[in-house]
Amino acid sequence: MRVEELILEESFRLVNRGGEIDREILAPYCCDLLSFAMGRMPAGAAWVTVMGNVNTLAVASLTDAACIILAEGSHLDEAAAKKAAEQGITVFETELPIFEAALLIYHKLHG
Amino acid sequence: MANTITMSYEVPGGDFTRAGEASSSLKGSLKKMNVDPDIIRRVAIAMYEGEINMVIHANGGKIDVIISPDEIEMILTDEGPGIEDIELAMQAGYSTAPDNIRTLGFGAGMGLPNMKKYTDEMKIESQVGVGTTVRMKVKL
Ligand SMILES: Nc1ncnc2c1ncn2[C@@H]1O[C@H](COP(=O)(O)OP(=O)(O)OP(=O)(O)O)[C@@H](O)[C@H]1O
Ligand SMILES: [Mg+2]
Repeated sequence: MRVEELILEESFRLVNRGGEIDREILAPYCCDLLSFAMGRMPAGAAWVTVMGNVNTLAVASLTDAACIILAEGSHLDEAAAKKAAEQGITVFETELPIFEAALLIYHKLHG
Repeated sequence: MANTITMSYEVPGGDFTRAGEASSSLKGSLKKMNVDPDIIRRVAIAMYEGEINMVIHANGGKIDVIISPDEIEMILTDEGPGIEDIELAMQAGYSTAPDNIRTLGFGAGMGLPNMKKYTDEMKIESQVGVGTTVRMKVKL
């Protein structure tokens, strides 16, 4: 599944359109502790988290995540929104709980 | 040694909006040099963790990256409080990060273990009240 397919998803709101919107999502990944995510997140992940600060963007970029999904109604803060635009990272926001957001992606990947 | 490139970065203390800039910048440079993507990922992750540690725990510092034909070496030097018990600090889950840092998502105590996991060699020298030097090598 490509990142751009999530734009059509009703419960997801695109808040930053990144450069690689046609990238393939390989797996959902959930964790809010940045060093855990840094150590364990596979490349090409759709990273579901509630942390919307600049460090989230840095971790997503360094681990080569396909996109970030901010769940539970959380938002990018101002500095993070700027960074997302600068670095061209695709970010969605959703009211869904973390598990449900990740499950939605899992179902899209595995039918 | 012939054919080595050294790159140096200043890491400002306490500025979380800029933390990670040195790692991002190095990542960009390695990409331009056509370094293997998996190596870039390992180097970038290790360097980011070290960079963040300097910002959070040591009020900044400097990083030298030496790229030679067979390895990439990262030397992170700070004049922070130092680490009293290095073995303890290396344990997964050990962290002295304060609450305001934890709310940003740090403080899992996984930074140093990640640095070890993603590099081929890692050495920490530290003296309380003087500072810390972390050396990491990734083989090419
Ligand atoms: N450069 C440093 N100067 C002084 N103390 C340090 C330095 N780097 C690490 N430490 C100490 O070692 C501990 C463990 O570091 P580590 O990076 O593993 O975890 P953390 O930074 O606390 O949390 P995390 O990296 O998971 O966000 C720190 O909490 C701190 O006490
Ligand atoms: Mg750390």
